[in-house]
Amino acid sequence: MASLRCFLRSGKNAVTAVLRREFHGTPPAAVQVTVRDALNQAMDEELERDERVFLLGEEVAQYDGAYKVSRGLWKKYGDKRIIDTPITEMGFAGIAVGAAMAGLRPICEFMTFNFSMQAIDQVINSAAKTYYMSAGLQSVPIVFRGPNGASAGVAAQHSQCFAAWYGHCPGLKVVSPWSAEDARGLLKSAIRDDNPVVFLENELMYGVPFEMSEEVQSKDFLIPIGKAKIERQGNHITLVSHSRMVSLCLDAAAVLAKEGIECEVINMRTIRPLDAEAIETSIMKTNHLVTVEGGWPQFGIGAEILAWIMEGPAFNYLDAPAVRVTGVDIPMPYAKILEDNSIPQIKDIIFSVKKTLNV
Amino acid sequence: MRKMLTIISNVLRGSASRNKCDLHKLEEGPPLQAMLSREEGLQYYRTMQTMRRMELKADQLYKQKIIRGFCHLYDGQEACAVGIEAGINLSDHLITAYRAHAYTLTRGGTVREIMAELTGRRGGIAKGKGGSMHMYTKNFYGGNGIVGAQVPLGAGVALACKYLGKNELCVCLYGDGAANQGQIFETYNMASLWKLPCIFICENNKYGMGTSVERAAASTDYYKRGDFIPGLRVDGMDILCVREATKFAAEHCRSGKGPILMELQTYRYHGHSMSDPGVSYRTREEIQEVRSKSDPISMLKDRMLSNNMASVEELKEIDVEVRKEIEDAAQFATTDPEPPLDDLCNHIFYNNPPMEVRGTNPWTKLKSVS
Repeated sequence: MASLRCFLRSGKNAVTAVLRREFHGTPPAAVQVTVRDALNQAMDEELERDERVFLLGEEVAQYDGAYKVSRGLWKKYGDKRIIDTPITEMGFAGIAVGAAMAGLRPICEFMTFNFSMQAIDQVINSAAKTYYMSAGLQSVPIVFRGPNGASAGVAAQHSQCFAAWYGHCPGLKVVSPWSAEDARGLLKSAIRDDNPVVFLENELMYGVPFEMSEEVQSKDFLIPIGKAKIERQGNHITLVSHSRMVSLCLDAAAVLAKEGIECEVINMRTIRPLDAEAIETSIMKTNHLVTVEGGWPQFGIGAEILAWIMEGPAFNYLDAPAVRVTGVDIPMPYAKILEDNSIPQIKDIIFSVKKTLNV
Repeated sequence: MRKMLTIISNVLRGSASRNKCDLHKLEEGPPLQAMLSREEGLQYYRTMQTMRRMELKADQLYKQKIIRGFCHLYDGQEACAVGIEAGINLSDHLITAYRAHAYTLTRGGTVREIMAELTGRRGGIAKGKGGSMHMYTKNFYGGNGIVGAQVPLGAGVALACKYLGKNELCVCLYGDGAANQGQIFETYNMASLWKLPCIFICENNKYGMGTSVERAAASTDYYKRGDFIPGLRVDGMDILCVREATKFAAEHCRSGKGPILMELQTYRYHGHSMSDPGVSYRTREEIQEVRSKSDPISMLKDRMLSNNMASVEELKEIDVEVRKEIEDAAQFATTDPEPPLDDLCNHIFYNNPPMEVRGTNPWTKLKSVS
């Protein structure tokens, strides 16, 4: 781990080394990085880059983070910049927003977004709306981050997906990374953004490694907020998803490919502003749409995407009604068999694709 | 000659209905005596009178339906806003709740832009987009509509002050109604733990909307509610009391001792807002008694006159000037045009490239710039 960090920090040297190596015909040095480490490195680099950036939340400092996302940061940056808070979400979220109003750039961690409900007034009424209410006098450069959505066996009060709730509100940017590259580039963009950004991570993705190219490892690698990415090209049907469900879509696509069905998998990356154009362009090619999300169906992400498509130019290109694959419309149960059947599985995606394609 | 005269005023006024300066976890309180110079006196008088007239004009405009929605008036409480500002610097920070017109003024706003904001015109301090409860100036963070939410925000501002090391502090105001909010106690805890330079000030005007303090709070000693935070309670109708207490509190914060809590006992003549006549939960006699015995402007005026610091004519002249200023501002506020429709979607994001915003139907695409 230490050597990995050393390597990543050597940035420029690594590039020149690579160029030299390229001269001899070896491939560029990509590395395997987990989502957790990508988030950690992004925060580390942004803390170093701008003195006004600081992190606060429960257990972020001395405990190294409830999920170890902030490991090592307190040791490096100290009490002033990495702040452990008491278990008082409404209070510390408000304090973070006030600090942002007064010129700092806080990263406010919610241990999970379920706890953000306690503080949601500060996120919406104090952070999101203020730039508008003040007609541009008062900006709020803050990032609210933490794990969102279902985990494993944590039951109803700890498993809710808040993408639709936050995605509803003007004045917020809402981001939902999937891969390590997403996590890195989007978190950097979020921290550098002068507006309130809700950054929805996923606990089950923290430990998943992804290949990270040389380019992605550079200190100024940013992914623009508001742009989706096509993770897999295909001609027969468009699958739109965000966060962990992207993995399931890719797995489903691999299975379907064996039967000759080629899925185009779009990783939304950003919930708000929604990259409708990317989805529309894809539908104009494939003529079929299935959205896949972990959250509940009613008034959710898929519901919004389908409404956009109905209202936009891509509607006329649909050969079948667009459908949503979602979590089951129930509070999350505890028993494994019940939990497994509360969220989309690969077979559910395959089933929905085949129904839509009428095969 | 007159300019050189100063008075020494007895700050603590004991009276049957009000307490002296009460202390909680403090060895000493603010000084018992204060110096008031002629210039200061005239300036306080002018500012308080401006506030008073501005609020009464807002009352008028509201009844004429030129001001809409919520309008929470501050008349009666002027000594608090003016006294607090006199105890801090403009480089310090301040945040309050929705009864905020007076603070917008002390923090650098003009009567014109405040009134034009109330009437929702483009010349308003927030271009007409905020209204009565959402006015901002430099180092003044509003104007906040959600009861109690401004308190953690204020502590956050104080955190930034400490972080940036500029020896500034944040004054964080809330009312007796808000004083029972959980997030305020969360804030007391963190502000104390981290020694944030924060002056918490409870403006106790005896009523949270229509509920008297006795019916809302198990303990109405709001200055003690900070528990481990030292507190003091002073007469909020006496501008010198407020000023000296604020100076004392500011000194406490700036010396790195952490937060301090001040309760100002004050009174609002109007109801909670313009929709509340203000007489269903209190008697007209009570309102009248405060007006005749404890009006902050009258008290300052009497003090200055009885100490020969100003003449009756001089003060009358200020009254006339203030009246004119308010009339001019009201004229502006009623004739300035409303904001242009193409401003509708602006100011969603800061430092953002222009973007499209959906209108009320799919065919309406509106433009938004930062």
